[in-house]
Amino acid sequence: MPRITDDGTDPVTAGTAGRSTDPVTQPTLDARGWLRFLWRQLTSMRTALFLLLMLAVAAVPGSVFPQRNIDATRTADWIADHPTAGPILDRLGFFDVYSSPWFASIYLLLFISLVGCVLPRTRVHWDAMRQPPPRTPARLERLATHSVLEVEAGAGEDTLDRLERALRRRRYRVHRHQPGTLSAEGGYLKETGNLVFHLALIGIIVGVAAGHLWGWKGDAIVPVGQTFAKTRFDTFAPGPWVGDDDVPPFTLRVDDFTAEFEDEVTTEGQFGMPRDFTAYVTATENGVARETIIKVNAPLELDGASVFLLGNGYAPVITVRDAAGEVLYTGPTTFLPQDNNYQSVGAVKVAAADPGLGFVGWFLPTAVITEDGGPQSIFPDALQPALALTVYEGELFPDGRPQSVFRLDTDEMTQLTNEEGTDAFRLWLEPGDTVELPGDRGSITFESVERFAGISVRHDPGRWLTLASALLALGGLILTLVVPRRRVFARVRADSVEGRTVVTMAAMAKADDTGLESLLEDLREDLDPDPDRSRKT
Amino acid sequence: MTYEELATYANYALYSAMGVLTLAMLAFAGYLAGLMPARSELKEARRDAEADATPDRSLVGAGTATAEAADTVESTRPAAPAPRRAVGRGPVDVDRDEGVSAGARKLGGIAITLTWLSTGLLTLSVLLRGLSVQRAPLGNLFEFAVTACLAALIAFAVWSTRRDLRWLGLFVVAPVLLVLGVALVSWYTEAAELMPSLQSYWLVIHVTVAVLASAVFFIGAMTGILYLWQDSVERSGATSVLNRFPPARTLERLTYGLHVVAFPLWTFTLIAGAIWARQAWASYWNWDPKEVWTFIIWVVYAAYLHARVTSGWSKQRATWIALAGFVCIIINYTVVNLFFVGQHSYSGL
Ligand code: HEM
Repeated sequence: MPRITDDGTDPVTAGTAGRSTDPVTQPTLDARGWLRFLWRQLTSMRTALFLLLMLAVAAVPGSVFPQRNIDATRTADWIADHPTAGPILDRLGFFDVYSSPWFASIYLLLFISLVGCVLPRTRVHWDAMRQPPPRTPARLERLATHSVLEVEAGAGEDTLDRLERALRRRRYRVHRHQPGTLSAEGGYLKETGNLVFHLALIGIIVGVAAGHLWGWKGDAIVPVGQTFAKTRFDTFAPGPWVGDDDVPPFTLRVDDFTAEFEDEVTTEGQFGMPRDFTAYVTATENGVARETIIKVNAPLELDGASVFLLGNGYAPVITVRDAAGEVLYTGPTTFLPQDNNYQSVGAVKVAAADPGLGFVGWFLPTAVITEDGGPQSIFPDALQPALALTVYEGELFPDGRPQSVFRLDTDEMTQLTNEEGTDAFRLWLEPGDTVELPGDRGSITFESVERFAGISVRHDPGRWLTLASALLALGGLILTLVVPRRRVFARVRADSVEGRTVVTMAAMAKADDTGLESLLEDLREDLDPDPDRSRKT
Repeated sequence: MTYEELATYANYALYSAMGVLTLAMLAFAGYLAGLMPARSELKEARRDAEADATPDRSLVGAGTATAEAADTVESTRPAAPAPRRAVGRGPVDVDRDEGVSAGARKLGGIAITLTWLSTGLLTLSVLLRGLSVQRAPLGNLFEFAVTACLAALIAFAVWSTRRDLRWLGLFVVAPVLLVLGVALVSWYTEAAELMPSLQSYWLVIHVTVAVLASAVFFIGAMTGILYLWQDSVERSGATSVLNRFPPARTLERLTYGLHVVAFPLWTFTLIAGAIWARQAWASYWNWDPKEVWTFIIWVVYAAYLHARVTSGWSKQRATWIALAGFVCIIINYTVVNLFFVGQHSYSGL
């Protein structure tokens, strides 16, 4: 089937229209020639196809290996577990796939190719939309899809008029280059949609980049009853072009936090699964306070930032006193959940004691002692909470090194032992319990259990551009896939033998198009509502 | 009725659907066996295949072709080198019943009816499951797989009202049955509520469209495989049951047409997933394994659409890319769900 070719010429009209083709340029071997050659290679459909397939393949390792930006701990563990492969893969960027040079070079090449491909096509399309459809080919019978119509002698132009109206009704652009001929073209939206789609892909990338440059995110753990302000982020990751003033001054008090877990369906895998988390908060911005809630799928939208509930856990309220009963430490202490049953690790660092006193160990929301004597949590809700701790004494912050709040740096500390010195001194505390520390060091009290909310505050100024571009791309895609691009031609010929007039119509399409036949049929019906009359006699 | 009872009835409906679907599969297999050309038919079958393979011949009948209009169509053609076999409802509706035994024809009809029945039972099962958990039944891999099978059956059954698809039946019904079996045996999850991250209307939007897109991609993969097979049969001129299937050219077009429907759906799935991810996980793109694979699938199918219009790439090679895309879909729902660590955890698995 003859087709409208990609460069806009078509095999049938090229000859008749007398359009001159570009003179064949001899390849020159100078630098500019090479650049031109490379550019043409890069912007060819074949290269685009190759790069697309490469992109798909290159994305795979990032789903197989742990990624540092998602889970640094798991990545470190993986490398430690694979002493030979780990470092090699690390050097090749397999743990930072999506920021690795090879991944970036593939998508950058793809987008350069995209721009180099789409911009010239936009020009061609722009011109095509303003030019009349091509001239009517001489021999329409040569086109695969054509239809011959006999009309009253001399009614040729009149038929073309009616055909023109029928085509215009179908939103074709019609032009009659010469008397007795008609050219029409429809479905420009196909190419428009295609260009919109490809250009919108660039919009998505720009939006993503804007988010990286001007966006920021900060995470914080906030126990119930405490207030969070922007100076209190546990981690804060601003984009390179974010200034201090770009983070709005707001505060957020966590008034209450509720959690529900599955306790009715008891099958493995369902029992104990989370069912609902709700943080009740008071948000204050621009001097106005309001009470609201944050849930997992319902972030709190502030002016210039959004607050998400990403985690939760327990913060047992612990008080440490010295031998005289003076309070050295008191307050909710966050413990980090390690599994689905919220078995959580944490540490209490009593810097006010001299020497420093450190408690480290587990918080167990529903505690049991297993057969082999180990403490374990068997349900995530705080049904039977307990603290299992050991105690260290010495320098809590050696050299002022930064350290995790959930762990003790015991390099310069010694562990307290039991009276006989045979084993570590172990604490088992349930709410309300107070235990004296050995050697007249004072006491520790487990007052009560609070929860904490793990919140993430984010700002991504590029996301609207990304979203709009994505939707635009979808719209363009649907247009380009649904709209057929078609040309219709007609030519009038006086049939000298029978003294009648013959109108030949023909249609061609940009790609395989099963609808061409019915288009001609419909047009025929439009020309003559009574099919019997136009039938051959 | 209590929720547990509803869940139990949902399972009964599922078993029944699978039973009926097994019968449908057997009937489709019987129908295909009946299509097997006998030795004496060999020559005729081959001639038919050639006639079918001639472009723009038997394929271009109009959707509304009445006898009169068909006449007109006839007159619009250049001199015909081969006789047309029949005028039917749609482009591929050449009369495939010609020379097929009455028994096989009957089996074909029964198979389609059974497919409808099974589709109805599976719909009932999904509805009961949804009622039993008071939410859309899309919360875990089991529910997802069953709903995906339902989408594939609905797509096939509805499409079969528009054109003769008895030749395709076995290739849709058998894999669906397989997936239902695996879902029931390996992925069965007790009916329960959802975890907080799944409690969003985006679950319904995102996952329903993903399911639909996957179902259409699946049917497209089946016609794609049949196209490649038919293509080699036509080249070798061998006698095969495929002689009575639509010609390769038609199969290729059907494959493309299905992908043209599925690709925008998948694009939407990707966008809706990103919108939801930003609500639930604070960022619209986290390079979570499931996201990565959704993206890979999208890129591979984009490559297919490209390959189809890239000069120097044959339709056969392009179709292989489409099949690679479907392999990625399978990986996405199996390997990625079960083995890769990410935020897309399915409760209960
Ligand atoms: C980011 C990478 C790209 C993606 C995801 C992409 C995607 C697509 C899709 C899905 C189509 C299908 C539309 C249809 O079948 O009509 C398409 C068509 C097309 N693409 Fe791309 N594309 C990309 C890059 C490129 C590049 C770099 C070029 C230039 C070399 C290009 C040139 C074309 C052309 C010419 C068509 C129209 C094919 C036709 O005639 O129907 N694309 N693209």
